[in-house]
Amino acid sequence: MKIINFDHFAATKMRQEVKDAMEPYFIGEYGNPQSIHTLGDEPREAVDKARLKAAELLNAASTEVIFTGSGSEANNLAIKGTAFARMEKGRHIIVSKIEHFSVLNSVKSLAKLGFEFSEVPVDKYGSVDPQDVKNALRKDTILVSITQASNEIGTIQDIKEISKIVHENSAAYIHTDANTSCGFIETDVKELGVDMLSAAPHRFYGPKGVGLFYLKKGIRIMPLIDGGIQEFGRRAGTENVPAIAGAGAACELAKKELKDRTLHLLPIQKTITDGVLGGLDEVYLNGHPEKRLPNNLNFVVKYIEGESMLMWLNNIGIMVASGSACTSKILKSSHVLNAIGVDPALAQGSLLISLGEDNTLEDAEYFVKELPAVVKKLREMSPLYEEVMKRNKK
Amino acid sequence: MPVYSEKVMDHFQHPRNVGEIENADGVGELGNPTCGDIMKIYIKVKDDKIEDVKFKTFGCGAAIATSSMVTELVKGKTLEEAEKVSNGVVAEALDGLPPVKMHCSNLAADALHLAIEDYKARKAGKGPIGRVETPEHDEDEHDLLEHA
Repeated sequence: MKIINFDHFAATKMRQEVKDAMEPYFIGEYGNPQSIHTLGDEPREAVDKARLKAAELLNAASTEVIFTGSGSEANNLAIKGTAFARMEKGRHIIVSKIEHFSVLNSVKSLAKLGFEFSEVPVDKYGSVDPQDVKNALRKDTILVSITQASNEIGTIQDIKEISKIVHENSAAYIHTDANTSCGFIETDVKELGVDMLSAAPHRFYGPKGVGLFYLKKGIRIMPLIDGGIQEFGRRAGTENVPAIAGAGAACELAKKELKDRTLHLLPIQKTITDGVLGGLDEVYLNGHPEKRLPNNLNFVVKYIEGESMLMWLNNIGIMVASGSACTSKILKSSHVLNAIGVDPALAQGSLLISLGEDNTLEDAEYFVKELPAVVKKLREMSPLYEEVMKRNKK
Repeated sequence: MPVYSEKVMDHFQHPRNVGEIENADGVGELGNPTCGDIMKIYIKVKDDKIEDVKFKTFGCGAAIATSSMVTELVKGKTLEEAEKVSNGVVAEALDGLPPVKMHCSNLAADALHLAIEDYKARKAGKGPIGRVETPEHDEDEHDLLEHA
């Protein structure tokens, strides 16, 4: 059976070029980039080259790019690093209600140490109103962190406008979590006007175990991992040279292919959207209809539960995710769906699709053809659907 | 995929006794849509025996499998025997469930007991009971991680 990966936010297949870029640094050139002797030369060059490629993708200077262990770590570094460095200036942080857990749980941890945070709301499409950010700013606000695009509903935020408002009205730093968007839409830090940005190469055909952190020159953070002078002293620990080399290769590919990726993904995204909305009753799309990532879709299929849907689709080779309570480890439905006003009962029928370069139009057509039978089977055994049918008859 | 046993997968993919009984003698409906599980069990009773039983379930793989299993376990049994079938017995009959599923997705026996209660209430002129809402979870993910 052919496996169709519609869950690229969980994992993308590494590109052969990425693996080739990593290969020399496992055994052959195994040296430590910090060594002064010859063994350190090639690995050091590999790290420098990767940093340059990452900087080119982000339109930053090489010295403004820090490699971390993951996108989550980059988010932690932005938030806790800023908080610890600027606590004398203030203890207030602004985030949105639909941030990734690596952002939300970072500010919650800080709250236990005496920091305060405000969560700006989003509208029904998941968009942050920059005016709400302005209204939330206080004299003691030290950081604003808003994701560039939601990892669940794909809505793209107006980071440029938010950065402008933050800088014009406060001394706060602005960070954007681009862990979902980087590699698929423009992440030009100068254009966005941000002070910090996080990205996750494994989301765009790079290796797992490495993250990117952009730190604008002059922005002060405290490292979370102290030790040697690796990563300009901002993130100590011997460099994961193969992963960093792979991240650099993934960045190089992303820069070269960014437009082509969108051109490839949009028709697939449209086929699925039209097919699902046209082929099923009582189903709707979450997130912004236009201002959204080309590689994400999020539907609510009413009266059925996401895990059952996911399991039936898995049976026919289609891998998807869901924001239902049963698919989460804490048995709570998605906070993102909650923030855009989806009734928690309906959020159970959430279907989260994330596309990638291995997907084809045929995959989309197959999915659209097979989904109605899965939904019908589950609705036939749903007491909620039964209730609605009886109500409609009356 | 959650780590489900072969029996769970079998009952999920081939659920037994799905449906609704018209003019059922007892109906037990239990759950909370916010948690993602609602189980509804219909029984037909004759001479204190469960002559027929059917279910409808809104929920995850475990919720569907436990509903299916409980109907299979009690069909043809006396009410007294059926009342002894607990959620634990159902989970065991399915060769176990992942720990995270033991709470809200394992309420099928409770729904059955509610159907029996409903049958008795109706006989006594006090029914039907209607849907019973189970409490929601209120754990915060952040706190949960801290306590883990």
